[in-house]
Amino acid sequence: MILSSLVNASRLQFAMTAMFHWIFVPLTLGLGFIVAFMETKYYIECKRNNNAVTQKSEFWKRATKFWGRLFAINFAIGVATGIILEFQFGTNWSNYSWFVGDIFGAPLAIEGIFAFFMESTFFAVMYFGWDKVSKKFHLASTWLTAIGANLSAVWILIANSWMQYPVGMQFNPDTARSEMVDFWSVVFSPVAINKLFHTNTSAFMLACVVVIGISAWYLLKNREIEFAKQSMKIAGVFGLVSALLLAFSGDGSAYQVGKHQPMKLAAMEGLYNGENGAPLVAFGVLNPQKEVDNNEDPYLFDISIPYGLSLLAERDIDAFVPGINDIIDGGYTYTDYNGQTKTALSFYEKKERGEAAIGALRKYKQAKEAGNDSLKNSAYNVLQENFEYFGYGFMKDHNEVVPPVALTFYAFHIMVILGGYFILFFLVVLHFLNRDARNKYKFESQKWFMYIAIISVPLVYICSQAGWIVAEVGRQPWTIQDLLPVQASVSGVSADNVYTTLAIFFVLFTILLIAEMGIMFNQIKKGPENIK
Amino acid sequence: MVFLKKIWQFYYNGFKEMTVGKTLWAIILIKLFIMFFVLKLFFFKSDLREYKTVDEKSNKVIENILNS
Repeated sequence: MILSSLVNASRLQFAMTAMFHWIFVPLTLGLGFIVAFMETKYYIECKRNNNAVTQKSEFWKRATKFWGRLFAINFAIGVATGIILEFQFGTNWSNYSWFVGDIFGAPLAIEGIFAFFMESTFFAVMYFGWDKVSKKFHLASTWLTAIGANLSAVWILIANSWMQYPVGMQFNPDTARSEMVDFWSVVFSPVAINKLFHTNTSAFMLACVVVIGISAWYLLKNREIEFAKQSMKIAGVFGLVSALLLAFSGDGSAYQVGKHQPMKLAAMEGLYNGENGAPLVAFGVLNPQKEVDNNEDPYLFDISIPYGLSLLAERDIDAFVPGINDIIDGGYTYTDYNGQTKTALSFYEKKERGEAAIGALRKYKQAKEAGNDSLKNSAYNVLQENFEYFGYGFMKDHNEVVPPVALTFYAFHIMVILGGYFILFFLVVLHFLNRDARNKYKFESQKWFMYIAIISVPLVYICSQAGWIVAEVGRQPWTIQDLLPVQASVSGVSADNVYTTLAIFFVLFTILLIAEMGIMFNQIKKGPENIK
Repeated sequence: MVFLKKIWQFYYNGFKEMTVGKTLWAIILIKLFIMFFVLKLFFFKSDLREYKTVDEKSNKVIENILNS
C-alpha cells in the first residue's frame, strides 16, 4: 500500500512535470523554423534589391522580429523546465536511474552540449545581432537556433525510445547498470527514428496552428491584414507538409508499437481478444465494466474500419493482431522484427523466466561475495538467458501488465481524430488564401473560420499532449520495456515528500504559464507595427 | 583582444538595449534560483547520495531491486 502510494505519487509528479514541460517545447521546436522561413524571405528580398531598404524587405523584417519575439518568450519561460525531470530521476526514481546507467547518460550529455553551445550562441546573435552582424550570418544564426533546438530534442527522444525498446545494451550484474554495447543501434533503432519524426513534426504542426490562430485574431480585429495573411500562408504550407508527415510517421510508430509493445497497441484499440483481419476503431466508447477477466463487450459503441488494425500493425489485412487476453495467455504465433516466426509466451511463462533472472542475480551476488567463481558463472548464464523477461519477475499477477486501457484508448483516438482534423484545417486555410489571392473574396470576411482557427490553438495542444499520454501511459507498468517495472524503479523516499514537491511544481509551473500567456498576449496585442 | 572586446560589446549592448528581454531574464533567473537553490538543495537530494563508491551504490540498487 505504501509502495503503491509512492509509485503513484512519483508517476503523477513525473507526468505533471513532463506535461507542463511539453507545453513550452513544441512551440519552440516549430516556431523556430517559421521565424527562419520569414527571415529567409527577408534575406531574399534584400538580395533582390542589392540591400536597399524596400517596403517588402521591411515587412519581412518586422514579421521575423514579431514571431521571433514570441519564440523568445516561449523559449525563456520554458527553458530549464525539463531539468526538474532530471531532478526526479535521482530522487524519486533512483533504482531506475542507476539501472539505465550510461544509456540515458550519453544522449542527455550530448543534449546538454547541443542545448548550451548551439542554442545559446546563435540565440544571442539572433536577438542582439540585427544590424551588427551581416544579414547572411544573422540568417544562418536563426536557422542554427531552430536546428539546434530540434537536435537537442532528438537526444531526449532517443533516450525515451530506448526505454520503449531497449536495444544496444547489456546488463552488468556487478554494477547493476545497463551498459551500451552498440551506440548506433540505440540512435538508429526503428522506434527512435519514428519517434523523432513523429514528435518533431507534431511540434511543427502545433506551431503552425498557433501562428494561424494568432493571425486569425488579427483578421478578426481587422488589424495587420497583410501581415496575418502572409504569416498564415507560411504556416499553412509548413503545417500541411508537417501534418502529412505526421500521419506518415504516426503509421510507422503504430507499426513499431505493434512489433515491440503489443500490449500498448491492444490498449490503444481497446482490443481484448485478437483476431485475423482485425478492424481499426475509428470512433468508439469503451464499456467501463470491461475487465481482463470478464466477458463483457469491450465497447458500448464503435465505428470501425474493417481490416484496418491488421493492416496498421502487420501490413497485411488478414494478419492476426493479439488482444490483451492473447498477450496474457500467449500461444499465438507472430513474426518478429527480424522476420522470424515465433510462438508468444504467456504472461506466467514470462514471469517464470523473470523470476529465474532475478534469482540468478541474487545467486550471482552471493557467489561473488563468497568468491565462488563457478557458481557465479552459472548464475551469470542463467541471468543472461532470461534477462529479456527480467521485469516480469516483479509481477504478482497478469493484471499488473495491463496499462490503463481507457486513458490510452481515448488519448489515442483524440490524437488521431485531431490529427486528421488539422490536415483538413490547413487545406481550408490554403484554399481560402488562394481564393483571396485570386480576388474571389477577402479571407477576413470569413469570420466563422477565424473563430475556428482561434479555437484550434487549445485543440492542437490537446492533440500534442494526447500523443505523449498514448506513448507513456500505454507502456505502463514499464519504465524500461519488459526489464524494469515502476515498482522496482522507485526510490525509498516517502510519498508525502513527493506530494509536497508535486504541489510546489504545480504552483511554480502555473505561475510560469500565466507569466508566459500574460507576456505573449501583451505582445500580440501590441502587434508587429510597433517593432523597429 | 580586439575580437574579445567586440564580443563583450556585442553582449553588453544587446543586454542594455533589451525591452521584453529584461522581464524574461528576470523570470529565468528567479526560476533557476527556485530550481537549484530551493528545490534541488532542499527537496531533490539524490537517494544514493549517502553511498560514496560505485560498488556501494551498485550493491544498494541490487538490494533495492531484489527486495522489490
